Amino acid sequence: MSQYLLRRLLIVVPSLLGISVVLFTVLALAPGDPFEELAANPSVPPEVAAALRAKFGLDDPIPVRYARWLLAMLQGNWGFSFVSRVDVDVLVLQRVWTTLFVIGSSQILALMIALPVGVYAATRPYSIFDQISSTLAFIGFSLPTFFTGLLLILLFSITLDWLPFVYRADIAATGWRWYWEHVRQSLMPVAVLGLAQGASWTRYVRSAVLDVIRLDYVTTARSKGLAERVVVVKHVVRNALIPVVTLVALQMPAIFGGAIVTEQIFRIPGIGSLLISSILANDTPVIMAVTFVFACLVITFNLIADILYGWLDPRIAYR
Amino acid sequence: MDERELRGLIQSVKAGKLSRRAFVRRLAAVGLTAPLATQLLAQAGVANANSKFDYKPTKRGGGGTLKTLFWQGATLLNPHFAVGTKDQEGSRIFYEPLAAWDNDGNLVPILVAEIPSIENDGLAADGMSVVWKLKPGVQWHDGKPVTADDLIFNWEFACDPATASVTIGSYKEISVEKIDTLSVRVRFPKPTPFWAEAFVGSRGMIIPKHLFDAYRGEKSRDAPANLHPVGTGPYKIVEFKPGDVVKGMLNPHYHMPNRPFFDSIEMKGGGDAVSAARAVLQTGEYDYAWNLQVEDEILTRLEAGGKGRVNIIPGGAIERIQLNSADPWTEVDGERAHISTKHPLLSDPAVRQALAMLVDRAAIQDHIYGRTGTATGNFVNNPERFRSKNTTWEFNVDKANAVLDAGGWARGTDGIRVKGGKRLKLVFQTSINAPRQKTQAIVKQACQKAGIDMELKSVTASVFFSSDVGNPDTYAKFYCDLQMYNTGLGQPDPQLFMHQYVSWEISNKANKWQGRNVTRWVSSAYDDTLRAAESELDPIKRAALFIKLNDMVVMDHAVIPVVARPLVSGSIKKLQVQLSAWDNTFWNLREWYRET
Repeated sequence: MSQYLLRRLLIVVPSLLGISVVLFTVLALAPGDPFEELAANPSVPPEVAAALRAKFGLDDPIPVRYARWLLAMLQGNWGFSFVSRVDVDVLVLQRVWTTLFVIGSSQILALMIALPVGVYAATRPYSIFDQISSTLAFIGFSLPTFFTGLLLILLFSITLDWLPFVYRADIAATGWRWYWEHVRQSLMPVAVLGLAQGASWTRYVRSAVLDVIRLDYVTTARSKGLAERVVVVKHVVRNALIPVVTLVALQMPAIFGGAIVTEQIFRIPGIGSLLISSILANDTPVIMAVTFVFACLVITFNLIADILYGWLDPRIAYR
Repeated sequence: MDERELRGLIQSVKAGKLSRRAFVRRLAAVGLTAPLATQLLAQAGVANANSKFDYKPTKRGGGGTLKTLFWQGATLLNPHFAVGTKDQEGSRIFYEPLAAWDNDGNLVPILVAEIPSIENDGLAADGMSVVWKLKPGVQWHDGKPVTADDLIFNWEFACDPATASVTIGSYKEISVEKIDTLSVRVRFPKPTPFWAEAFVGSRGMIIPKHLFDAYRGEKSRDAPANLHPVGTGPYKIVEFKPGDVVKGMLNPHYHMPNRPFFDSIEMKGGGDAVSAARAVLQTGEYDYAWNLQVEDEILTRLEAGGKGRVNIIPGGAIERIQLNSADPWTEVDGERAHISTKHPLLSDPAVRQALAMLVDRAAIQDHIYGRTGTATGNFVNNPERFRSKNTTWEFNVDKANAVLDAGGWARGTDGIRVKGGKRLKLVFQTSINAPRQKTQAIVKQACQKAGIDMELKSVTASVFFSSDVGNPDTYAKFYCDLQMYNTGLGQPDPQLFMHQYVSWEISNKANKWQGRNVTRWVSSAYDDTLRAAESELDPIKRAALFIKLNDMVVMDHAVIPVVARPLVSGSIKKLQVQLSAWDNTFWNLREWYRET
């Protein structure tokens, strides 16, 4: 097991290197210039942009810039934002908690919907409840989040005027009001992300449970005279969840990506909106850092999924 | 308008026969900025108008939080590094210049007691120097006094090339010397008609010496105060998250009585312009939304809820169509539109004249821009026409047809005009932006009626406006026949703006397409006139020369103005704001208040 882990970790290193090379090259070759706003402004002499380019080493060849970036990165220096003139790690750390909070809550919401609904629907396949939940699930995951986001804003903020649609990371209130304001403003973004995710997971849970529930050992458990509740919770769900857990772990990075749009709509100051504004401003070090964080997430969660799988299902051996 | 006429106008203002505002408007119509117009008056000895603000609150504070929404959040808070307007706005909450521009182009004293003029001996009659006297008793947020040393420091800080400040252009030519603890003399290397550049307006905010002194030049990026501004403004910093939020709280020692009104201010960034408009005009969740580049139809609909209003402030920005003078379809020395080539079609004055008549500005205003773009004939210098607002431009397909017929362009079998084997086919590019694509369609339709085949092209804004040398689709390369975008006389002095038609600023391979003359329009008369204007000592003669320059370009149809784009913002009904197109949104934040 530990040997397997070590091998997997060693594979991570070249993959991350490869990813960083590709990212860096693509960004370096992409059109745009972080100082274009300066160049377009007639009252700023061209020498200023030239001096800034020289200062940030933008005129060097791409391999040199990459080597410099890599060396700095290895020393834990994430670089320096051209636009904000702040260290990139400060920018990312400022925002990562908001993203984690919103995404974490939405995933909890998704699981809270998917598990009971999926299991219940599978134990009574083709019942009215199953039909309704399937229909809703299909609607849920066919609607893109930016659409449901706007829909919710129209309904709850504009027509009903119940919820704010501008997310503020720090609310000037204390005690219960602080929590209340946070809940109020998070409700819509969390619902948008959580419902979409919950919808697709409901389908997975349902089919996983359906697969297991027909197996002979479940019939045995039933014929032993065990209560239906015990059969489902102890015998069915436990085995059915093995593929679901892997799926949840594997989908985590994709959820971070999907949250970018939601962050933009609700003005959530997370790393997704940081990524968008950096792309628009051609702020390469920040784009590099955020995409690199996403890449690390993908790789980490892949690893976690593989390990979890083996832990949950002892039939899988690591070699 | 020539020099004599200009002098006459100034005399009428002096004698009280013409109002200042009317004078400013007349000069604006010939392409001069409002600040330049008022500087002319100041030089002629007409005192600066004292802008009066109707500020009602009778005590400091008590106004709650002012919540403003900027769809581009401030990314840094040092005015000397403020690349975009958003950064200047963020800095302006905390920092102040010596004086600011109001929307009529008047200078409003901020950190000085009065505006320098010839009468108060602030302004040298020869235009070689100006004396700025700080208001006594002004304090930085940390309690230290503001002195002449701070002004001298700002000059040194900005003009050090190692700092790479964006304000260097305003400071590098001047020298600043201390007179006493509160006053400095700014000396110019040559007589400078436009003297209110350094220490004034959006690029003139003053940073404290005691916090930045240790961080000059190369080290400037490490200054802690870059993220934690300590200024003189009405609000003190509470929190700053780049790109997200700037928060400030009332400065209890602000140098004006009873100001500011609000206890705290929040500048929230991110999102898009439409939802920002919604949050102010429709739900009232926020008090003010900046730069609403939203179609007027949507704004009107949001406004109908009655919670907010749209503020429209006319400024110097003009959406215009540029005509390429060089041939963009032939490559010479590895670059297209080489200056040695002549455009095969647009070099014919008849074609240019016809095109100018084929831009249906009225339709563009009515159907696309509404209140956010006024059809303009700004740049047409004809006194009789100027008096009548609606005849400064003309949309006339028949006349355009007649001009083309007379020019020898005969219609071919497919209805497209041909002359000397050349088909009248043009490619018209602009950035991707819904109103621009609609404008393109309107122009294309009219051109079809006149037998001009027009192909439309739209380029992503991030590419079109980039200075990327490798990309053929940038506006600076202009590898196309026509292109449209919005440029402004944003800066108070038009001199730099006029550089976009001089021969030494031609955008080409040698200068990596950094030259400002992207149309490659060349005229030796223009060059000579601009040189004359630059060395002209007499401000009135200089202004007259600018007007002449403007005429040359417009009369030759090197550019076709389409609509003037005012500044558009939204605020809730009760919020009283002071806005100016010649300065930042927050230029007069101290006077903002909410009515009860």
